[in-house]
Formats: sequence, C-alpha cells, structure tokens
Amino acid sequence: MTGRRRLLAGAAAALVALGGALAWWMLPPRAMDFAGDGAVALADYRGPSPVGVPAELAGASLVARGKYLTEAADCEACHTATGGTPYAGGRAFITPFGTLYAPNITADVETGIGAWSDADFLRALHKGIARNGQRLYPAFPYESYTLIADEDVKAIRAYLFSLPPRHAPSPPNRMKFPFDQRWLMGFWSLFYNSDRRFAPLPERSPQWNRGAYLVEALGHCGDCHTPRNLAQALDNRRKFAGGVVDGWRAYNITQDRTAGLGDWTDAQIADYLRRGHTVGRGSAGGPMAEAIDLSLSKLSPGDIDAMVAYLRAIPPVRDRRQAAVKTAPAADSHRTMATAAPLGAALGKQMFEGACVSCHGWSGQSLITPDATLVGARSVNDAAAANVALAVLSGVQRPAPSLSMPAFARAYSDAEIAAVSNYVTARFGAKASSLTAKDVAKLRAQSAP
Amino acid sequence: MMTIKVNGEIKHADVTADTPLLWVLRDVLGLTGTKFGCGVAQCGVCTVHVAGKPVRSCVLPIGAVGQREVVTIEAIGEQPNGAKIQKAWLDLEVIQCGYCQSGQIMAATALLNQTPVPDDSDIDAAMAGNLCRCGTYVRVRQAIKHAAAEV
Amino acid sequence: MVTPLAPRRPPSSAPKATRRAVLGAAASGAFLLGFHAPLGRSVQAQDADSAFNAFIRIDRDGAVTLIIPQVEMGQGIYTALAMVLAEELDADWSRVSVAHAPENGRLYGNPLLGEQITGGSSSVRAFWTPMRQAGARARACLVKAAAERWGAPPQALRTEAGVVIHPASGRRLTYGALAAHAATLSPPSAPSVKSPRDFRLIGKPLRRLDTPTKTDGKARYGIDALPEGVKFATLRISPVLGGRVARVDPAPALATPGVRQVVVLEDVVAVVGDHMWAAKRGLDALDIVWDDGPNARVDTDLIWRRLREASRRTGAIARDDGDAETALAKGPGRAFTAEYEMPLLAHTCMEPLNCTVDVRADGVEVWIGTQVMTRVRAIVAETTSVPIEKVKINQHLIGGGFGRRLEADMAGWAARIAMQVKGPVKVVWTREEDVRQDYYRPAYHDILWARVRKGRITAWKHRVTGSAIAARYAPVAYKAGIDPDGVDSARDMPYNIADARVEFVREEPPGIHTGWWRGVGPNNNVFAIESFIEELARRARQDPIAFRLAHLDRAPRLRSALALAREKSGWDQPLPARCGRGVAVQGAFGSFIATVVEVAVDDHGEVRLRRVTSCVDAGVVINPNSVIAQLQGGLIYGLSAGLYGEITLKDGRVQQSNFHDYRALRIDQTPPIEVHLIPSGEAPGGIGETGTTASVAALRNAVYAATGVALRQMPVKAKAIAKGVRL
Ligand code: FES
Ligand code: FES
Repeated sequence: MTGRRRLLAGAAAALVALGGALAWWMLPPRAMDFAGDGAVALADYRGPSPVGVPAELAGASLVARGKYLTEAADCEACHTATGGTPYAGGRAFITPFGTLYAPNITADVETGIGAWSDADFLRALHKGIARNGQRLYPAFPYESYTLIADEDVKAIRAYLFSLPPRHAPSPPNRMKFPFDQRWLMGFWSLFYNSDRRFAPLPERSPQWNRGAYLVEALGHCGDCHTPRNLAQALDNRRKFAGGVVDGWRAYNITQDRTAGLGDWTDAQIADYLRRGHTVGRGSAGGPMAEAIDLSLSKLSPGDIDAMVAYLRAIPPVRDRRQAAVKTAPAADSHRTMATAAPLGAALGKQMFEGACVSCHGWSGQSLITPDATLVGARSVNDAAAANVALAVLSGVQRPAPSLSMPAFARAYSDAEIAAVSNYVTARFGAKASSLTAKDVAKLRAQSAP
Repeated sequence: MMTIKVNGEIKHADVTADTPLLWVLRDVLGLTGTKFGCGVAQCGVCTVHVAGKPVRSCVLPIGAVGQREVVTIEAIGEQPNGAKIQKAWLDLEVIQCGYCQSGQIMAATALLNQTPVPDDSDIDAAMAGNLCRCGTYVRVRQAIKHAAAEV
Repeated sequence: MVTPLAPRRPPSSAPKATRRAVLGAAASGAFLLGFHAPLGRSVQAQDADSAFNAFIRIDRDGAVTLIIPQVEMGQGIYTALAMVLAEELDADWSRVSVAHAPENGRLYGNPLLGEQITGGSSSVRAFWTPMRQAGARARACLVKAAAERWGAPPQALRTEAGVVIHPASGRRLTYGALAAHAATLSPPSAPSVKSPRDFRLIGKPLRRLDTPTKTDGKARYGIDALPEGVKFATLRISPVLGGRVARVDPAPALATPGVRQVVVLEDVVAVVGDHMWAAKRGLDALDIVWDDGPNARVDTDLIWRRLREASRRTGAIARDDGDAETALAKGPGRAFTAEYEMPLLAHTCMEPLNCTVDVRADGVEVWIGTQVMTRVRAIVAETTSVPIEKVKINQHLIGGGFGRRLEADMAGWAARIAMQVKGPVKVVWTREEDVRQDYYRPAYHDILWARVRKGRITAWKHRVTGSAIAARYAPVAYKAGIDPDGVDSARDMPYNIADARVEFVREEPPGIHTGWWRGVGPNNNVFAIESFIEELARRARQDPIAFRLAHLDRAPRLRSALALAREKSGWDQPLPARCGRGVAVQGAFGSFIATVVEVAVDDHGEVRLRRVTSCVDAGVVINPNSVIAQLQGGLIYGLSAGLYGEITLKDGRVQQSNFHDYRALRIDQTPPIEVHLIPSGEAPGGIGETGTTASVAALRNAVYAATGVALRQMPVKAKAIAKGVRL
C-alpha cells in the first residue's frame, strides 16, 4: 500500500470508528434501562398498580383523578403564559433552533383541543402527533408521556375538558430552517420515542415501581435533569446528571454523594419535593420552584415517598467540576470572607449589603426564614453561578410570601448582578464564581421580562 | 391566637401564623412607631430587634418569632445604646420627614450593640438596607460616629 | 391616635412634653377667630389660652403655641416659621410649641400660591413677611397691655424672651400674665419689624421642634391614624389609566382569614380587613379581570415618539429677546444644537399613600398628611356629596411629600371606598400601587440651539416639549400655551445672551397622570441648559466654570456661588483616570446655587459618586442647619433620579413596582456632601427643591468629564455610557 492509500484507509477506519462512536452516543439507552431487564407489561404485573392515582383517590370521579394526574404531569407550567389563564397556552420557549409557543390545551374547539377525541389525545401524548397529523416538537416531552397508561391519558383529557374553554390562539412558532420542517420530527421519534407504555419491574418493590411511573412517565424529571446529546435527546448514559433549562441549571439528582443527592436523607429529598426547600440544603428557584408549586406540592405524601424511593436507585454520576457543598455558615460579619475577594468584590458587596443582607444575613443564615438561608444550597456552591444570577435577575415567585424574592433585573446592571453573584458564591459557597457582565447579559436574555 | 413578647410585655394577636410581625405591631397592637415602606425587605423602615438582632418585620412571619423577644422603636430608648443613638440623632439634626428614622435608629442601635466603634465600612454594612428618601445619609453617618464617641 | 388640640395639657407640664403632645395633633377649628378677633367663648370655655391672631396663642403660664399654616414633611418648616414668629414676638424659645393649622384657606392660604398649599419651595418666601408681621403685631399688643397696666408709654417698654420690661422702673411682666388682656387689644396695622441685626433666633441653628417624637415612635403620620373602630383596607386601581373592572369573584378574598369586606367599584377593587395583611392577602387572592380601555396599548416608546414629534413644532413663545432666529440662522460663529430627554419619574415617598375616612350620618372625618388641605376637603365633600363644612380634616405629619401629596387623589379614592364601609377605614396603598398609580414627573424633550463665537454665546434658543401640569392643576396659571412651570429657569436662565428665545410645546403623554415632583419645572430646564452649556464650553475648549462666568455678568449672586464652588470643590486639582467633575448653576426658587459633583466611572460604565460640593446663596437664612439638611437631602433625591429614576410603560401598565426595580441611592453609595452657605441679606429664597434641581446636570456633566460621553438622556445608565456619543 502506498502511503497515500494507507492514509486513506486509516482515515476510513477512523471515520467508521467515529461514526460508530457517534451512533453509540446518538442512540443512548432508554430512561429505565439502568434498572436491568425483567420489566413486564402492565397487564402481567401482579403487584398493586403503579399507574393511576394514589389509593386515597381511587374512588374519586374521572375528572378528579384527571386533575391529580394532570398536576402530576405538570401540564400547567408549559401551557400557561406568564400571568395568563392556566392551560390556555402562549408561553414562549426560546431554543437554539427558534422560538416555540405552547399551544392552548383548553377545550376551545377553534384554538384549543376541544375537537380532540380520546384517540387524538392518546396519539399526541404517546406518539407526538397532533390531531391534524402534524409532528410535535419534542419540547413537548412525549418520549416520557409515551409511558403514561391509556386510562391515565383519558383521565387527563377528561379533566382538561372539564375546565372552561378559552379562546386563545397561540402565536405562530418562529423556528429556523430546517427545524421549521415538522415532518423531520418523525425521524427523531423513530430514534428516541419508544412508543411503549410503562412496564413495571416485578423484582422491585411496588413503591419503587410507583415512583418510577411518577418520575419517568408523569413527572418527566429527565426532561430537565438529564443532559442531552446533539439531537436534543436525553443522554441516559448520564441519566439525571444535570441539564440546563431556560438558562437555569437543573442539578445532578443521581446518587453521587458529592454532585448529587447521595448524602441527602430520604426526608430531606421529600421535603424539597413537597415544598421546594430543605433546611440546610437551600430552596428551589426558577423552573424547579414552578414544578413544585404547580405539580409536586400537590402530590400525596405516599407518592412523594415513592419518588424518593425511586430516585435512590439512580446510579451515581460523578461530576468533577462540582465541588462538595459547603455546609458551614459564613462569618456573621461583613469583614470576614473565607475565600479571596471575587471579581467585582466591592460592587458585589455594595449590592449585597443594600439589597440582600436583610433577608439572607451576613452568615448566609436567614434571620427571617430558613427558606432564605443560602448556606448549604447547591446554587451558591456552583461555580457557574447561573442559578444565583438568574434568581437575582428574575426573583423567586412562590405562593408563600416568605419564599418569594423580588426580581432585580430591571434596575440593576449586568455588572452589578455579576458582581453580587460572584460575591455570594465566594461568601457562602465552596468556590467563587467569576461571572462577567457579558455572562449576565446572556442569562438576562433567557430570563423573563 | 399568636403570642409574642414585645417591649417586655406578653401580647396576643388573633392572626394567622404567616402574618408579618409588622402588621401585628401596627394594626393589632397599635405600635405605629414601626413603619411600612415596601413590604419586601428593601427599605428597612420596618426594622425591629428580635433577640437583639435587627430584623425586617415586614417579612418576618409572626409564627417564626417564637419565644424571642421583640423590641420596637417605642422602647429602644430604654437601652443605653438606643438612648445614645436617639440623642445623637437630635444633636446632629439627622431627621427630616422622619418616616424612615424608626428603622434607621433601630439599625444604628443594633450596629452599636455589635460594634461599639464602627468605621465607615461597618456603617455601610449595617445601614445600607435602610433607605431614606429625604436623603439624611450624611448625617446618619455622622450621628453614628458621634454616638459611638460618647461615653 | 389623634388628639385634638383643644383640650390642653395642665399648665405645669414641662415645655418639652407639651411640644411632644402638641405635635402630630390636629387642631380643631373652634379657637381660631380670625386675625383681629378677641377671645371667643369656645376658647374661654375650654382653657385660658389667648389667641392673638391666626398663628399665635399664649397661655397664662406663658407657653406659646404657634399655628403653622405649612405642613411639615421633613423640610423643617415648623421650626423655620416658628422661629420667624417667635423672633418678632420675642418669645421665649424654650416655651414655644407648634401645631398644624386646620383647613382654612382664608386664614392659612399660601400668599404665593393662593390656596392652603405647601409646595414649590415657597413656604418661607410666602410667609416671611406675614409671619414677621403677625409676630410683631402680637408683641405690640403685649407691650400695649403692659403699658396700660403700668400707665407708662409703650415706647418706654421693651421685650425680651417672653417678658415685657419697663427699664426705668425695673418692672417686668411675663407674656403669660399679659396674654388675656393683650389679646383683646387691637394691634397696629403696620407694626415695626426688627432690623436683622437685632435677630436673636433667625440665623441660629436652633433645634427642630418636630424631631423628638420622630426618635421614639410617637410621631403620628397619616398612616398611623387609628381612630376608634378603624378597619384596614388596601386597593388595586385599574393598572391601565381609564380601565375598568370587567369581573371579579370576591369569594377567594372573603375566604381569607381576617377579611371583612370586598369593595368593587367601577375602576378599583378594595379589600377591607382586620389589619393590612388580611386585606393584602385577600386582594392577592382575587383574580380581577380588567377591561383596559383606550390606553391598553400605551407604552414608553409611544410616549417618546409623540414627544419627539411634538418637539418639531414651533412652540408658544415664552421669551423673545432680540432676534434669535436670524442670529441663529446666519450670525457669525459656529452653530450647535442638541436634544435632551428627561424620563417619567415616580415620587416614592417613604410613607406610601394612605388616607383614613369615616363617613357618618353627621358628616365625614378624614385623617391624612397632605400638602393641600383645601383640596382634600373639597374632593372628599364632592365625592361623598356632603356639605364642605361637614367635612373635617385631621392633618398629620407627612412621611415625604416631594410633590406627590400636592395631589388629593388618595382622599378621593379613600372616600369612595369608605362610602361602602361602616365606620372608619384606613386605606393604605401597597408600595406597588404607590409606584404604579403615581402622578409622574413628566417626560420632557428639550431642543437647544446656540451660536458661539470666540468663546461667547451669541444666540440662543430653547424649546421645551412636555406636559403642562399647570393646565390641569391651576388652569388660571396656564396662559397662551405656556406653562409657567414648564419654562421656569429657562425663560429666566441666568446667562446673558442678547438674542434669546424660549418656547414651550405642550404635549400630554397618553395613559398616565403627570404631576409635581421635587424641583418641578426647573429640574428639566436646568438639566438641559447646564448640559448644553457644558457641551458648548468643552467644544470651545474652555474651562466649564470660566465659560459660565463669562456669561454670568448679570448674575452676581451666581458668580460668587460659582467662584466659591471652584475653590471648595478643589476644581483645579488633578483627578485619577476615569474620574471627572461636573458643575451646574441655577437661580431657581430665588436661591442661587453652584454645585460640583465628582464621579468615577469604571469600564462597565458603572458610576461611583466621589464627592458633592454645593455653594448656596439663599438670602437670609432662618435656620442654617435646616437649610444645609434640605440641600443634602435634595441633592440625594436628585442623584437617585439621575442614576436610576425611570418609569416605563408596557401595555398601558407601569412596569416598576417597588424599590427593587425603582431604585434610590443608599447610604453606601452616598458620597460626602459639603454645603457652603453664602451670607446674604437678601430676602430668603426657597430651598427644599433646589438640591434636586442642581444635582442631575452636575452628575451628567461629571460623567461627561470622566468619559467624554455626552449623555443626552437620563438616567445615567451603564449601557448608555458604553454606547454614548463621544464629543
Ligand atoms: S417595609 Fe420592611 S423593609 Fe421595607
Ligand atoms: S427622613 Fe424622610 S425618609 Fe428618611
């Protein structure tokens, strides 16, 4: 072989290998593959049913059951515009491929799903195909919803149909070519949507199976918490190792002791899911706070415990960039700072002492409410500090006033918000962040107003 | 029925536990010296002492007060540093409309309690949460130093 | 709780205590007997105080109560006017206390503004002469009474600190002993007032009278009114001006603990409860659907677009000296023009809007802190259809006015709600409502033209485009298309330019109310003029102070203020990189001020204030301490606006809501502020608003000096500096 040929052959081999690797990476396992084989069809499962509503609601009406399941599936979060009527759609999703608007899913015939039959609704949730045959974008998490049992899908539809219809056309999507070609989503589905219903694992406990149904099918936790590959599909090899939504970091919720939930107690995880706060572990903000208020806080205690049991089974995924959370409070004085002064320290301190310290305290332990305690929170221990900056920008709006925080975006500059974020991570976290005004400008563009 | 200890007295109020201390003081107990300015911990006019620490009463749920003692502007003059601060405020004519001054005095007293001789950065750290739309800051700073210098 | 003035303290009470007791009290009208009236029955029946005139009462123990027609909102007016009265009365200052005047436009009307109003930095200017005369008249009566008693000629007597003395015999009588008799005597119509060199009180930094109760929580502001049986309400007014409530289901509010009632009116929803929290939680629980009406589409861009378009029109001519048009068009030298914009601003007084109203069968009672008692009374009478004499207003201290409490709208809203409620109801605006339902400082668009030859401005034209507040507020003052406030400090700008023209174009912004704001019209005009002058100076490569001085040949008081500012600010000292000093001069409100602001600007465009120096000739200064405080405070108020102040609208709604998105300067951002008073024998000038007016232009010019960026729009934003025009 000539050198030239050898080179070509080598390149071809490399290409094949690369293609293989790419294919391997592009075709990740299914959400529950980590749990091993042995899943059986729901009909063949002998234990108490992992699907449907909890026992307390077993005798409730179809609509009442549908309400519970709709909340468990958190339909409201995506299908409601800020300040708008629930389920009437219109919320914008800014993606790298363009802007999508959530459709109206009230029973309005013209602009909502009023004309949809059970079969139409099932096809949408399970296959990602709308009533008119159009392919849906996977921003709608049908790769998870496909796991929802038929009866539950019907109950959800019954609930949505019980609400007053709202005439509310959604703005047209603005997707860039070629992503405006909806038929392409057919290929995506081919690869990434199993189109299979939830299949329990008999060797696991009934609680585990119920938790799996809630986490994987209804709750679609992976949608935010699992990283994505190039095709925007969930990379389940690194299941629950963390992702990014609207600029917010969805943290690692695997059993890794440093980066994930490995050293949280069951009660701590349950607390967080129920009310968005765990003493000494911080509070939820952004999309997680929304998920808690609209969905998780409405679940039965038994269901929350089931979710915890299931989360306990998630294999740990390491993340070297994620330092261990610092649990010791900072000094209760503005004078002492454990780490070296971060970027923009003087400005950051000025903003902190004016706008933040009243609630969060110099020590990071709030005098007002444990919900405002920053010590031990993942966000202030994240050297990317995106969640800190976003919380400052867009605030935290929760139903309990004591859990809420004002949004500082309008009156504070990018440099100020970068500075205070760096100050906060330096003061309360394991490692100071080094956000710049430019970074904050990007986050600002992703956050609300 | 919630029970708290305010200015040395036990008080009862028929309010829900999430009611901020501010409204219990002002509207239920008639202690109107503590003011309302923003309701979101951004202005400091509602500052009281809870267990000796300056706290924004507009965001502190009464249910979170527990056994801790509450001191308001009406009684701060009974404490040595409170009286010192009040005197300095008059000596230096700090006050204009006065609406923010209950909060300023409570914050300044807490500062002296913790740091008997504060420097400018201590004053910034303790007082930056207290807005004054009349703009008395220059004199607030002077008066704190004046009070600290007094024996 | 509000104690009426009439039932008096026992004569033995210490002066300090009486001061406290009286302050914050609302005066009942009964004892006020007109200027020359003798002691009336109602007063006799209650106590032994003697009323000399509308402003002065002396009890037999010698305690003096001065009724102050202007309301105290931090400017120190209770002390200043009391000092003027006490000076001429020769009262014992330690026995002086003050009380709010009741609503009575005839007795207490502001001579400059024509009604009972506290605003426009006018209090001292308006009352300087009447107060001196009132004090002097009462003193003359006291002297006359003593003269009759002793059978001595009045000229043989003299007074000092609360006593009349007959030097020849050494006899003395206290004012208390003479009061009852003296009050029955008719005073001279033209009493002689003191010569300034005999002043004992005026010019001294006396302690303020209103401050002790402000240190211990006893001072009562409108928001502190707690009449027996009061309920608490908070409200949501249509977020779009002119909108209406389309529908609302009161049930969720009524299900909130502590809520008593939901009041739904055409354009407002109020929730009444046992305390503010109940009312607020109840209101938050409601899903109010609004019909936004015609202003639903208004946004900030629309407001600016319309202002800019209007500014292309020729305006009503407020001044036309020489032939400015021709001189600008073809005079010698270089022509310059620039356009400046000032944003809408909110007031955010520290005390949110509030008003307590009790609508009873026998009349209406109101508890409020207001700058306009007469208007409050009128609006309540009109709203409730109760005859005006049956409306009683209890005046309170004001937790910041800044012009917001020159409006009476809060009393109107509260009265409408109170009509639906049994017993007194205190309506308190949340901060969010306070910000969103303000009467905003108008946005202005100014165009300036000038021609400069050899360092001298030869021609000048200034066109102001904006809202005419006077046209709404005081229509008689709005004449021939000119709002006198809109051109205040522009038509009478201090620079000596022969060909000068000033125009006003009225353009009302849609979808919002505009109103008075601390510094009023001069804010805009001083900003525009001083910014333009600065640009002309720097383009002419002249020192900004020297350039100004060259044009101030007809303004000696400003010249000396400017010269002092140069010295005191260290104007000629070098500064580190990215630091700069800016100057502004003004003669607004009858006071002459030169201000220098020094800033540092970092690479991001973040501005840090380093130092402020202000040199002031305010004429005769009654209380230097208060004047300095007003200057410091006014400067800070202006600097807050200059750095952060901006109200914006979207979909007809104001986007700001509270201090996190409508910022104010904090103590850690406030630099050292030095105020230097220039001794002067001229009549006192207004001072309450001057600092605010001075600061924005000086700040802007300092940023210009530090960065070379000539900002044309306020506020000073980091982004604007980064993108700004370099001249
Ligand atoms: S009212 Fe509490 S901080 Fe403003
Ligand atoms: S004195 Fe008026 S707000 Fe501070």
